[in-house]
Amino acid sequence: MKKIYMDYGASTPVDKEVLKEMLPYFDEKYGNPSSIHGFGREAFDGVEDARERVAGLINAKPDEITFTSGGTESDNLAIKGVAFKNKDKRGSKGYHIITSSIEHPAVLETCKYMEKIGFNVKFLSVDKYGVVDLDELKNAISKDTFLMSIMFANHEIGTIQPIEEIGKIAKENDIIFHTDAIQAVCKTPIDANKLNVDLLSISGHKIYAPKGVGALYIKKGVKLQTISHGGGHEKGLRSSTYNSPGIVGLGKACELGKNRLEEDMAYIKSLRDSLIKKTLVIEESYLNGHPEKRLVNNAHFRFTAIEGESLNLRLDDKGIAAATGSACSSTKLEASHILLAIGLKPEEAHGSLRLTLGRITTDEEVNYVAEVLPDIVNTLRDMSPLWNR
Amino acid sequence: MTENADYNEIVKDHFFNPRNVGEIKDADGVGTVGNPQCGDIMTIYIKVKDNKIEDIKFKTYGCAAAIASSSIATEIVKGKTLEEAEKLTRDDVAKELGGLPAIKMHCSNLASDALREAIKDYRKKRKM
Repeated sequence: MKKIYMDYGASTPVDKEVLKEMLPYFDEKYGNPSSIHGFGREAFDGVEDARERVAGLINAKPDEITFTSGGTESDNLAIKGVAFKNKDKRGSKGYHIITSSIEHPAVLETCKYMEKIGFNVKFLSVDKYGVVDLDELKNAISKDTFLMSIMFANHEIGTIQPIEEIGKIAKENDIIFHTDAIQAVCKTPIDANKLNVDLLSISGHKIYAPKGVGALYIKKGVKLQTISHGGGHEKGLRSSTYNSPGIVGLGKACELGKNRLEEDMAYIKSLRDSLIKKTLVIEESYLNGHPEKRLVNNAHFRFTAIEGESLNLRLDDKGIAAATGSACSSTKLEASHILLAIGLKPEEAHGSLRLTLGRITTDEEVNYVAEVLPDIVNTLRDMSPLWNR
Repeated sequence: MTENADYNEIVKDHFFNPRNVGEIKDADGVGTVGNPQCGDIMTIYIKVKDNKIEDIKFKTYGCAAAIASSSIATEIVKGKTLEEAEKLTRDDVAKELGGLPAIKMHCSNLASDALREAIKDYRKKRKM
């Protein structure tokens, strides 16, 4: 049976070139990068080369890159690090954080936790495409607002936020601006300087590097308090022995991502557009998210009267790996908070399907999915009491 | 967070090859339970002869566990008397399916509830 991976938004394979650069750091250059001997120094060099490459991807300076264990840690470090630092500085004054209602749980849950421990948090609403309302954002700002965390692009529906405008607003109001760019890096050009971003989260496994490694861009001058105490790595900000193989992999992935960004974007977008066009032929099928301001690799659909888990399992049975925002696939048995935030009814949200493409997706794969999908939708509709056409 | 729903072979079989799918146009009893908001809704149609379920069909909107539960529930009660059929519990359904992930147990509940509703509807129509 064919095996077709269309879940690059969940994770990507490690690029062969990335893996090749990583391998020596497991069994040859295995020293602790913090050690002063030769073994340590060669591992240290690998880490520092990677730092340059990661910085290069977003037009940052190497010393503005802090390595982490992944996207979730980067988001936690950004939000808690800034908040705790400011809490000390501001004494007992109010502290206000602005975020959006469609963030990834790594930001959303962190902000809810901040609320629980006494910070004030504003969760901005979004329009039907998932775009933050800049007027609502401006109105939410108070003299106590010290941090804004707005994602670059949404992990489910792929909508890209007006980051440059948000960065401008943050700068004008002297607010620290964090963006979770985990889905956006290597899929859209990002210049941290131009965007007025202070903090930016990156995850390795979404960009053809391995799982368990990520980075946080911290603009020079932005002060954070550490959230993990220990041996004082990363200028005391993030203690933990350097994951040198992972970091080297992340560096290579960023270099590759930068070099082939235009080529990747054009190729993936053409396949994605073809997939959308072919899928929307299905009766009562809809595209979720913004028609243009969306990640080039994201196609997010909903189909009336069917449920996403069933749809996904049937796709899986045909060898196709996809994702859904249906309640039935979640432990909370609630529909995706993102799909509800863009105004979908729960029963509409349940019938959703996310297909995310990658640089090794082929035309044949897209055609196969487009060929198989209508039959599966019809089969499920035939057994659905909500489908009476 | 999503979690892998680890369905066993029996559940998969009933999900991919559901038994008794469809409607009975001149059904003697129809029962619908669930809520599209929660992601599952189930309708069971029964045809009754000599106090026995002569024919049974279902239509389900929902996850694999909901579809498999409906399928096996119809299989279990087909040919049974109404009294036997209404004794079907969610545990019976789950047991026949060889177990369901804990979070999916409410799906088996839905199947037994829909069946009871159909029997209730039949009795109401017959003024029993």
